[in-house]
Amino acid sequence: MNAKNTMTIDKTVIPIEGEKNILEVVRKAGIDLPTFCYHSELSVNGACRLCMVEVAGRGLMWACSTPPEPGMIIQTTTQEIREMRKIIVELLLASHEQACPTCAKSASCQLQALARKLGVKSVRYKPKQRKMPLDMSSDSLMRDPNKCVLCGDCVRICAEVQSVGAIDFAYRGAQSAVVPCFGRELGKVECVNCGQCARVCPTGAIVPKPEVEDVWRVLDDTQYVVVAQVAPAVRVALGELFGLDPGTAVTGQMVAALRKLGFDRVFDTSFTADLTVIEETHEFLERFKKGERLPQFTSCCPAWVKFMEQYYPELLPNLSSCRSPQQMFGSLCKEMLSAELGVKKEKIIVVSIMPCTAKKSEARRPEFEHDGLRDVDYVLTTQELAQMIDEAGMPFNNFEPDSFDMPFGFKTGAGIIFGNSGGVSEAVLRLAVEKITGARPQQCEILQVRGNAEVRELELKVGDKNLRLAIVSGLGNARNILEKVKSGEAAYDLIEVMACPGGCIGGAGQPVYREQNVKRSRTKGLYDHETLMQLRHAQDNPFVQGLYKTHLDGIGGHDAHKLLHTGYQSRRRSSDEDVPVHTAGSTAQEPLEISVCFGTSCFLRGSQKLMHDILDHIREHDLGRKVDVRASFCFEQCDRGPTVRIGDEIIHKCTIENIEALLAKKKLK
Amino acid sequence: MTTEKLGLEAIQAAYHKKASGLTSRIIICAGTGCVANGSLKVYDALCAAIAAAGLELTVELKEESGGTHVSRSGCQGFCQMGPLVTILPHSILYTKVQPGDVPEIVEETLRAGRVVERLLYENPAGGRRCRGTDDIPFYTRQHRYVLKKCGIIDPEDIAEYIAGGGYAAARKAVLDMTGEQLCLEMLDAGLRGRGGGGFPTGMKWDMARKQPEGKKYIICNGDEGDPGAFMDRSVMEGNPHSVIEGMIIAGRAIGADEGYIYVRAEYPLAVRRMRKALEDARSLGILGDAVFRSQLSFNLQVMEGAGAFVCGEETAMIASIQGSRGMPMPKPPFPVQSGLWGRPTVINNVETLASVPLIIAGGAAAFRSMGTKNSPGTKTFAVTGHVANTGLIEVPFGTTLREIIFDIAGGVTADDETIRNDAFKAVQIGGPSGGCLTEKDLDLPLDFDNLQFAGAMVGSGGLVVMNSGTCMVGIARFFMQFTQNESCGKCVLCREGTRQMLDLLDDIIEGRADSSTLGLLKDLGRCVKKGSLCGLGKTAPNPVLSTLAKFPDEYMAHVEQKYCPTGRCRALVKFRILPEYCKGCMLCKKKCPVGAITGEKGAPHEINLATCIKCGVCIEVCRLKAITGA
Amino acid sequence: MDKESIRKFEYIFEIVERNGRSPARLIPILQAVQEQYRYLPEEVLTLVATALGLSPAKVFGVATFYSHFTLTPKGKYLIRICDGTACHVKRSDGLLAALREKLRLRDGSATTPDMLFTLETVSCLGACGLAPAMVVNDEVHGQLTPEKAVALIDELLRKEDENDN
Repeated sequence: MNAKNTMTIDKTVIPIEGEKNILEVVRKAGIDLPTFCYHSELSVNGACRLCMVEVAGRGLMWACSTPPEPGMIIQTTTQEIREMRKIIVELLLASHEQACPTCAKSASCQLQALARKLGVKSVRYKPKQRKMPLDMSSDSLMRDPNKCVLCGDCVRICAEVQSVGAIDFAYRGAQSAVVPCFGRELGKVECVNCGQCARVCPTGAIVPKPEVEDVWRVLDDTQYVVVAQVAPAVRVALGELFGLDPGTAVTGQMVAALRKLGFDRVFDTSFTADLTVIEETHEFLERFKKGERLPQFTSCCPAWVKFMEQYYPELLPNLSSCRSPQQMFGSLCKEMLSAELGVKKEKIIVVSIMPCTAKKSEARRPEFEHDGLRDVDYVLTTQELAQMIDEAGMPFNNFEPDSFDMPFGFKTGAGIIFGNSGGVSEAVLRLAVEKITGARPQQCEILQVRGNAEVRELELKVGDKNLRLAIVSGLGNARNILEKVKSGEAAYDLIEVMACPGGCIGGAGQPVYREQNVKRSRTKGLYDHETLMQLRHAQDNPFVQGLYKTHLDGIGGHDAHKLLHTGYQSRRRSSDEDVPVHTAGSTAQEPLEISVCFGTSCFLRGSQKLMHDILDHIREHDLGRKVDVRASFCFEQCDRGPTVRIGDEIIHKCTIENIEALLAKKKLK
Repeated sequence: MTTEKLGLEAIQAAYHKKASGLTSRIIICAGTGCVANGSLKVYDALCAAIAAAGLELTVELKEESGGTHVSRSGCQGFCQMGPLVTILPHSILYTKVQPGDVPEIVEETLRAGRVVERLLYENPAGGRRCRGTDDIPFYTRQHRYVLKKCGIIDPEDIAEYIAGGGYAAARKAVLDMTGEQLCLEMLDAGLRGRGGGGFPTGMKWDMARKQPEGKKYIICNGDEGDPGAFMDRSVMEGNPHSVIEGMIIAGRAIGADEGYIYVRAEYPLAVRRMRKALEDARSLGILGDAVFRSQLSFNLQVMEGAGAFVCGEETAMIASIQGSRGMPMPKPPFPVQSGLWGRPTVINNVETLASVPLIIAGGAAAFRSMGTKNSPGTKTFAVTGHVANTGLIEVPFGTTLREIIFDIAGGVTADDETIRNDAFKAVQIGGPSGGCLTEKDLDLPLDFDNLQFAGAMVGSGGLVVMNSGTCMVGIARFFMQFTQNESCGKCVLCREGTRQMLDLLDDIIEGRADSSTLGLLKDLGRCVKKGSLCGLGKTAPNPVLSTLAKFPDEYMAHVEQKYCPTGRCRALVKFRILPEYCKGCMLCKKKCPVGAITGEKGAPHEINLATCIKCGVCIEVCRLKAITGA
Repeated sequence: MDKESIRKFEYIFEIVERNGRSPARLIPILQAVQEQYRYLPEEVLTLVATALGLSPAKVFGVATFYSHFTLTPKGKYLIRICDGTACHVKRSDGLLAALREKLRLRDGSATTPDMLFTLETVSCLGACGLAPAMVVNDEVHGQLTPEKAVALIDELLRKEDENDN
């Protein structure tokens, strides 16, 4: 070993291989240095103070923020460090609600684990927690501020990785708290429900909102036919919670467990993923042929869909209208199974097992609910399924593998790889290439689209056509790509976006991981698993083919559209009141309301000048007592701003002349 | 410098020509302290009275100006005696001047050339009246170097600054010196950061200078937040151009073309004066895109703080300038490597920067001739608390506390405001980051290293003198409360640690402490000191640890006997009437809000401790000092 | 017609424009806004966030971090008693108690119900030579006693009465 490029950690010589900080080298040495606030994908924070090491000749240094230097001699545990870590943990415990046995994070709480490891037997400091209410407003996540240790991981992943910033630090010192804007509830702000915050949270301060109780209840109720659909990414991660290596496919055991838990049918979301491939490819090729609404964005990821609705409503027409596989499954299953079994739809309960927290919110979107019945009733995460198996005391690893029910249990490899970032693109390409060239390539894998990079751009020569693709995971990366698309800096035909880095295998419903290689193992596991499938092309799925004949009046048909497609709406980032600019005051008549949109896009398109002109007009024509003027934040028509609402009428690309004409028409004199 | 570069010489000559016709000059201190005492009213009254007396008055220097020039200055330091009025060339300093005194000043001094004796400062030791600053011990024992022009020149007149040789050093630095030479000059001078840590300025500059070319920044740290310190405010208010000149030189040294002056929001006057000074410097081409008509550009702007002590911490200040919460970042990387917007950034304190032009102008050797070997130069201190003369002073490093407290500040005052030097108990140096020194440290020559060794620190230079009536546990709690309030909340040790330390101190003060309390407090204090993320946390335990070390008996009394030796800790006070002094006047009985005092007229009264709420009203009203809380 | 609110609204946009709509200028922008409104109303913070392209949560975080920003309206007279070291050792707590009593501020409230006075402490005004000191709006008053402080309030109340009549 080159002595020049090594350091000594706890008497072992370890090479330095480009690590950014000592912590990475220590971890490479296999030592689990405690830290709450270091994540390799986030900026260095230095808040938890736990990762201190003793550097010979220099004293205490913090491993997360100190670059390794050749020749450094480090001790990770000394008496002083032990005592200081203990004090830190005690301080945290003193300000932390210690309801550990009933905490959702009980088994995987890092604070609890560290207290145990350090042998903290009592907390010498006085309890300091102020009891704050739980935030149950979100359909996907549950916040318990009483358990927050203020490490800032959630804040940073939301802002740095997802570019959303739905939560941030507020207040100062001992009053510090992580809150959505203005201390509102999470469900009422711009959170996209991706749940990455819950993934990085070391304690139970943000956790996926549990639905286990509801599912147990319906399983025990004989009047219901309870159907499970399992997303592809679940099968390569569930085993981790039973001691298996990441990436180990446990499909058979999982199906067996679901049956034993009492599910009447166990189906595979990969089936509707196959269906998605066909619908989305059809949609894409139509657009590609006409050269319109390109690039097409994939729409499988509900966090991404909400992100688009909030921040890029002007690009919503480009979003594929295909429902996600989860929602396609829900509508199809209820439709077909009720007919097949002769059971009323309301007696069929669809439970999804998802690697995802956003799916919980997606299932509750109003467009997926008809006459009070949801297409998907409950959504469990991978973690929740494991918890149910655990509660039932089942010997999961010893289960004889079982297989999915037909017909929705049959899938091709195309539907399996959906769980990886790039999987949807590859599955679509397997069909698109065949459609464009009229022939099927020998090798079904399209390796160019695979990789660990979170942004992958490529051009594929297909026949005489060039397909320009971008495969993106992480919403911050998506934002960058969108900005490039908007500015014309880059052009693509198809863009696949998954909100969670790495795609669904890295979803927030999956077993919590800290090391990036866990994600890679799952990705590999899923690709490996796919190679075992007899069929690899969605279009080969005989049950899908049959479905188009029996139920969907062909690809792109009316019924297919009704059951498999959806629409989107622009959303305000948060529900705010308008700002009153001018009020008529008390008048005999109801004043006419004029609202000028000051959302970013309208603002840039000159709503400020327009507001001035309106106010001048009102002054000049003495309309002050007849109108209310308000500044609004978004009429959700950003591509056609500035937008003004007068009474019930909405005027796009509004000018002062439009307004004057309308006021004259309304005979406001 | 004979070649005409930027016409500093012309401005200088013009100023002197304008001033040549003047017969006298009256300088009214317009520092925050004197303004609060009504000095602006004195200024107006003087202008009016001079005009009314038919004497020639100059408010703004012009060609052909003559008669008496009345101007306002920044802080003259002797705040307690304000409003201060200086009359030149008579070298008279009038103190506590009120508008009513003005006619007499005009008639007697201006017209007749006589001194108004009753307005002179009276030395409490001996009762001798002192005519001017060369006669008043508060001034004669000081060595005013950085503050030399503070309190004399008109801070809003750039011409006066230039006339006194100002901006020549900056011009020399920009036109005739290299960055390397400038850094070397600072290293030779041995200038150390006046903001607290004492890091060598030249070394800091050189580290930033050696960073790869490109955008670099210089920031002036004027976020003086230590309670009990106001040196930087005085410099910014009294001589803002010296700070700008220092920044130009620092910018030249490291290759920065942009800078910020971060001023505490509580200093509106400093903000205004700095902004005005920037504007004036810009209009003369001293700042802007061609500094001193060179190829170099240098632009400065003032950033007003928004009320967060932690922003005095370099990385927090950077976050604040970037529009974020002022939360510190771990170092490395250091700001000289990656600071504002990720670019190399030097942050220097106000006093440090104000020293820089003086060093360039006078040479490193001259600077080294002051102070001690390892701490050359002078240091300003804000002397406050229980001393006769509170105010702003400047002394060479190496001066002893004894000289400062007893000679310059005029001695220690007891609670009844009389000077009683035996009432000295301790002095807190360095504010909430510092520690306290006692009787035995009085002859310690003050410098960075000695103070550190004695368990205190220069800090930004707050020096609070405490008399024997001060409870040291109470003082420790006061500082802990301060840092706890100002903790940004980012790192666990500071956020939770200071909160728990405060809680433990409350236990001690309120009689709940037990045998484990002091041990817990010490251990926690050491851990917070060692492990916190930034300077605020790392120094927060200092007042506690230093009072624990120096006044262990006082702590023990609180803990074991539940007794506060000074009687300041309300919860531990047991009010009691001394029958041998009480004449039974009934006053305390009448005033007691809860009827806890009983007794007949003419006979000694008694306090019912079960009812007493320890409000202290009885002590205040008793004329016979018959009630004690000890 | 409500000229006041139009002026305020326009002023916010002027402020944002003057600062080049730069997120780095968030603090100066909030300072200017607060000068106009005397506090930072939620809708204005959202407006600023929207105009700067920042998340409202971040703007809220900044507004709650710095003690000069306030999210609730303050009284016409903002009285800040210095509790810096020098003032503390000169018994600034007596001033605070006297003024709380005078203004009948109970249960930790800082503003009088008539919105005339807000009473706060500040860590140091840097007017240590005048200890104990307090600031009323921007005016420093030094070397105070509880009686002098109460007299100041009486003076302000008298002025208010005169203005009303």
